[in-house]
Amino acid sequence: MSSLLKRACGLLLGLAALQVLAQAMPAAQRFPGIGRAATAQEVQAWDTDVRPDFKGLPKGSGSVAKGQEVWEAKCASCHGVFGESNEVFAPLVGGTTDEDARTGRVGNLRRSDYPGRTTMMKLSQVSTLWDYINRAMPWNSPKSLSVEEVYGVTAYILHLGGVVPADFTLRDGNITQVQQKLPNRNGKTTDHGLWPGREFDGTTVPDVQGSTCMSNCSVEPKVASMLPDFARDAHGNLAEQNRLVGPQRGARTASPVAGGAAPVAAAPQVVAQAGPPGARATEAARARALAQASNCTACHAPDRRLVGPSWAEIAGRHKGNAAYLSGKIRAGGIGAWGNIPMPPQSLGEDDALLLGNWLAAGAP
Amino acid sequence: MADMQDPRQGRLRKAPESFLDRAAIAAVMQEARNGRRGFIRGAFAAAAAGLAAPAPARQAPAPGAAADPNIVNLPEHTRGLGRPVVTDGYGKPSRYEANLQRRQSPGLTQTTQASVSFAPLQSLFGIVTPSGLHFERHHQGWWDIDPSKHRLMINGLVRTPQVFTVDDLMRLPSHSRFHFLECGANTGMEWGNVAVPTVQYTHGMISCSEFTGVPLITLLEMAGADFSRGKFLLAEGADGSSMTRTIPMSLVRSGEVMVAWGQNGEMLRPENGYPLRLVVPGVQGVSWVKYLRRIEVGDMPYGTKDEVLHYVDLMPDGLHRQYTSLQECKSVVTTPSGGQVLLDKGFYSISGLAWSGRGKVKRVDVSVDGGRHWRQARLQPPVLDKCLTRFSIDWVWDGRPAIVQSRATDDTGHVQPTYRQLRAVRGSRSIYHNNAIQSWLIKEDGEVSNVQLA
Repeated sequence: MSSLLKRACGLLLGLAALQVLAQAMPAAQRFPGIGRAATAQEVQAWDTDVRPDFKGLPKGSGSVAKGQEVWEAKCASCHGVFGESNEVFAPLVGGTTDEDARTGRVGNLRRSDYPGRTTMMKLSQVSTLWDYINRAMPWNSPKSLSVEEVYGVTAYILHLGGVVPADFTLRDGNITQVQQKLPNRNGKTTDHGLWPGREFDGTTVPDVQGSTCMSNCSVEPKVASMLPDFARDAHGNLAEQNRLVGPQRGARTASPVAGGAAPVAAAPQVVAQAGPPGARATEAARARALAQASNCTACHAPDRRLVGPSWAEIAGRHKGNAAYLSGKIRAGGIGAWGNIPMPPQSLGEDDALLLGNWLAAGAP
Repeated sequence: MADMQDPRQGRLRKAPESFLDRAAIAAVMQEARNGRRGFIRGAFAAAAAGLAAPAPARQAPAPGAAADPNIVNLPEHTRGLGRPVVTDGYGKPSRYEANLQRRQSPGLTQTTQASVSFAPLQSLFGIVTPSGLHFERHHQGWWDIDPSKHRLMINGLVRTPQVFTVDDLMRLPSHSRFHFLECGANTGMEWGNVAVPTVQYTHGMISCSEFTGVPLITLLEMAGADFSRGKFLLAEGADGSSMTRTIPMSLVRSGEVMVAWGQNGEMLRPENGYPLRLVVPGVQGVSWVKYLRRIEVGDMPYGTKDEVLHYVDLMPDGLHRQYTSLQECKSVVTTPSGGQVLLDKGFYSISGLAWSGRGKVKRVDVSVDGGRHWRQARLQPPVLDKCLTRFSIDWVWDGRPAIVQSRATDDTGHVQPTYRQLRAVRGSRSIYHNNAIQSWLIKEDGEVSNVQLA
């Protein structure tokens, strides 16, 4: 063996030894120079979660009255003045009784005929409400509420749900007692096989098991449910949602098929693609994109009322009046279309005018 | 319809004997010489429509039969100069594939920021979902975050809270794994009855990718996590909702949970969490926190909004099951599937996808008679842990009504249930974790419909 080869082999053995050593080393020493210690200020800035045992809850308080004030300005537009709105999100309150507050189980959850489930019917931890409002509300401006406002809004929802009286002030010191009044505080279980770890000491066994029968199985292959005819077109023309080559085509569903006629397989037609990148978008397309990006579409739809009036209604009343509309978008308002306020939109003048022009032209 | 081309035009059929009289044949040949192929197609199709059985496809055409203009007339792309390289720096699918899009289900949500789009499973091959077709679920809108400003913090029950940049993380030894990612609400609209027409909407909240990243356990070790007290983690995102979910420490300790930046060989797409997301194999998508910015080690579950108000399963006794996270054994036939029309009788390769959050798919059975009889399907390699598996089976359709189903079994022995079996235990108000057997009804005219059986 040449001396060069010997030296190379020695080097390799040495490297292998290092490798073994590396595996045994603590991770922090294995990867020197990767990551750094977080400062206390950094941890404080991000570690805002509030746990079910209220660890993480900042000291403070907020009254139902304070909450109502914040609510009407920043929350009612999506959730309704009384948290009852089903237009944008599911209703927050309703469906609970005084009996539920006593037992901690919501009786209506046992009824298969009870329509819908409100937040208050499902809520089992008051920490969840506080944490979510603090981190994610208002919808278009998350993390903008003060500690007092979060306490207040939490108290207001609890009041709407019949958990606390109108003159109540929610504090870090009394939140544990409020927890004991939640109508569905005893309504949850972790005793099931769908948690992937062992942390809950629950079962890991599936609760439903299928059959392995291969022939002459005792099933009744009878159709019990299918899409009603009126829903056939609800998802657009399925012909345009399937590939144009292969063993089958999409069914043509956009227009009603003549009674009794065979379903028509789609003709190989290429759907127009969105404009090529770099192509100049029209003003209308820009306005529509801006309306969506600015969350206008959470409350306004083209042709029907959601929380606020439709684009068509607005255009009908303020045709050609772009300046008025852009001003209204930036200032916000209440009373013109009902009692639900529209919060001011933080848009530049140009963007507001783009939307105003678009609306004034009928929102094409 | 006059404007419609026959999608079967690619097949050249032999003219059956004696279906045209001598004069008609002469007229056809004259038209052929004049190059009016459309007339010939019309004449042949009209004659073929009256036939009871499909003509054998592979016989040689009769002497003098019309030649396929797609063969005999050389197209422009054979006679001209094509486009140069790098016409498009990041390539796109053919314009003929434009029908394959993520789609929303109309009316499902009132806002487009707290919404979902479905992947077009009816048209995908193999097990990988193209990144641009990966389903989306956003709780408060999506962002395209500057990776140089993004940070990941690890705090809670650790010796020293740590901060990592994306540069830091990408220096670490990475690994790549294929896993499915399924929303807990996938198929949720169908708990009570048939609600949507196609597999895109029934099952399209699942996708499968190769994810690249670093095992979370490595980062926890670097921060000096307390593994004796730290039984749960909180994962938190950097979006407006600062999405938060409780993660089991046992999965993290097994090495499965990954902090990923790569997906299908490229960086994550913004809609899927660029620049960092958590990968929690086998667990519902909501736990795969996007725009991941913080991991907190703790000693109790966190009871976040999506663990108390949503992603809880309502049982018939009025109790909500909480922290139901695992995606159980499930499968669906994607070809053929709802909203499609079979072009002809004859041979088909029934194909679909199977998966299990508990492990590997062990077998898939397929029935074409609504579950009376089953045949074992082929599993197409690779068959991977907590990953989509493609299956297929041969089938000759005789033109009579058929109900096509698939039934998966995983390597723990868990068998996908029927709707009747699932509802007997969980009722029909769960919303989440519907893994029932899907049924597609094929009618005599070839149209495939979504149905549920008694």
